[in-house]
Amino acid sequence: MSRSDQVSEHGSRTAKESGREGSVPRQRASSRSFLASELKQLFRRGRTQALLLALAAIPVMIAVVVRLSTAVPPGRGPAFLDRITQNGLFVGVTALIVAVPLFLPLTIGVVAGDTIAGEAGHGTLRYLLVAPAGRVRLLLVKYVGAVAFCVAAPLAVALAGAGIGAALFPVGPVTLLSGDVVQPGEALNRMLLIAAYQTVSLLGLSAIGLFLSTLTDVPVGAMAATIVLSVASQVLDQLPQLEWLHPWLFSHYWFGFADLLRQPIGWDSFTSNAMLQAGYIAVFGALAYGRFVSKDVLS
Amino acid sequence: MTSADRGAGLAIETTGLSKRFGHQLAVNSIDLAVPQGSVFGFLGPNGSGKTTTIRMMLGLAAATAGSVRLLGQDMPGKLDEVLPQVGALVEGPAFYPFLSGAANLHRFDAADRHASPGTRRARVAEALDRVGLSHAARKKVRAYSLGMKQRLGIANALLSRRELLILDEPTNGLDPQGTREVRSLVRSLAADGATVFVSSHLLAEVEQICTHAAIMSVGRLVAQGPLAELRQAGTAQLRLITPDAGAASGVLVRFGMTPVIGHPDGADAVITSVLPGSAGALSPNGSRNPGGAGGTGGTGERDAAAALEAAPEAIVAALVADGVRVRGFAVERGSLEDRFVALTGEGFDVAQ
Repeated sequence: MSRSDQVSEHGSRTAKESGREGSVPRQRASSRSFLASELKQLFRRGRTQALLLALAAIPVMIAVVVRLSTAVPPGRGPAFLDRITQNGLFVGVTALIVAVPLFLPLTIGVVAGDTIAGEAGHGTLRYLLVAPAGRVRLLLVKYVGAVAFCVAAPLAVALAGAGIGAALFPVGPVTLLSGDVVQPGEALNRMLLIAAYQTVSLLGLSAIGLFLSTLTDVPVGAMAATIVLSVASQVLDQLPQLEWLHPWLFSHYWFGFADLLRQPIGWDSFTSNAMLQAGYIAVFGALAYGRFVSKDVLS
Repeated sequence: MTSADRGAGLAIETTGLSKRFGHQLAVNSIDLAVPQGSVFGFLGPNGSGKTTTIRMMLGLAAATAGSVRLLGQDMPGKLDEVLPQVGALVEGPAFYPFLSGAANLHRFDAADRHASPGTRRARVAEALDRVGLSHAARKKVRAYSLGMKQRLGIANALLSRRELLILDEPTNGLDPQGTREVRSLVRSLAADGATVFVSSHLLAEVEQICTHAAIMSVGRLVAQGPLAELRQAGTAQLRLITPDAGAASGVLVRFGMTPVIGHPDGADAVITSVLPGSAGALSPNGSRNPGGAGGTGGTGERDAAAALEAAPEAIVAALVADGVRVRGFAVERGSLEDRFVALTGEGFDVAQ
């Protein structure tokens, strides 16, 4: 402290001011480097890679089974399953649909539940805070990390599906739900759009996971609680007695991406979903903030 | 570092700092004063509240009452400005087991928004070198021994230039060689002008490296001050071996002592007594009570004056003058350990 004071006394006033100005971009650069460190740590970690591989295995499994077996009559199995043999692009779409209720929420639960509780479990939370990372900054960086995984997870399913579909089956123009026919390039775009829809769908769950993660020092607890909530929300969404509640459940629009397969694209469901997820982010983000900023870190 | 700089520049200052967990008062209104530039030993048995105090200092836990100032700034209010100047090892090292030692340090350094990314690689390498871990930099922390993790924890505290280092049990798990290295590291950090606050339950460690110390017991601060004063605050014992027990105790009584006569081996009497004027108790803020350690000289004619000037050589001179055959004479001053045990209690009873 005294050292830097001495230096600034020797230096001229302008030098002092320019030094202060110079520190602003440097801080920004350092914040970027913390986020980069978080993303690197998340995606280089064996567990995250295993989760993404497991997701990518879903379309591979579907494609191989369909390739090795005789044709199924239409209407049985997941949607579009009967179309795969004619057009490999349907592998990705089918796999995305299969992954929605359980596989995607499961992997998000693991990543979002681990955000703060995982650091607490390792004991590294205290060293991040003493660094000092700043509690709000840490929470934001952790949430951005979870969002990055929400982007990566459906993308892994879609891209693996497109790849294995193209490898094992013919690829051609696709007939949309509205009856219009689009070229394979446009069809691939639609599949990525579905992946994006699912990314948005999972943002609310990620915020819930982040909040639950601030409540405990045991990451498995936060993960399990997040996954259980995702299942519970879907179960409640099935009960007609609770119809008034359905539009408020974070899983309510999870399957609402059919409109993306029409010409022209219907954005209503996408918008409603985004609004709902934004609401969940606001509520659970605020709860996570309230909890974490005042929390005694004793791990 | 003398006690003169007290109040002038305090690296750590707590006022009435308390922490309550439910019904239990883990830290009970402590007033710590750590002078800038000192190597400060924070002593106390397990569970006496040392780590909780450190957590509050670093803004990890909120104080139930009282305040903390680090480097002259309020905590946790000025946390963002203070902590970049503070290196810390809190309750043992903690790392990502799946990352290498160097990657762990990169991670923690990236978390500090004040640390420059440009010099990160060089600073990490330097910190690893300083604790002798360069050879294991690329190894996953999972494969580190406890001692290596401890060193890596210290390296993490040294990533940037620090004004203050708070090291909680820094030699825990280290072999004797590693302990020596940490001691010399602490000395070199202090020589660079940093204040080093070391918590420990190892008295020998504190006696060897610290200039100041404080002793915690059951959440209370029972003593603090310069190490020399703390040590002297214990009572000194006089031990006299002589065949002339009666005459000797007469002389000692004249000096205001209450001698205890024993005959352990039959032939000579062993007389023990508390040396008067040596029991100057130390108040928690470190100032000594009046009537401290005895001066020199004085033949001791009048009892009242003698009690204050009971220098060992004066006692011996008086004994010899009265014809007492002195066959053994010793003044045993209490060690820091005696002081510690006297203040915190004996045995394995962990506080709380």
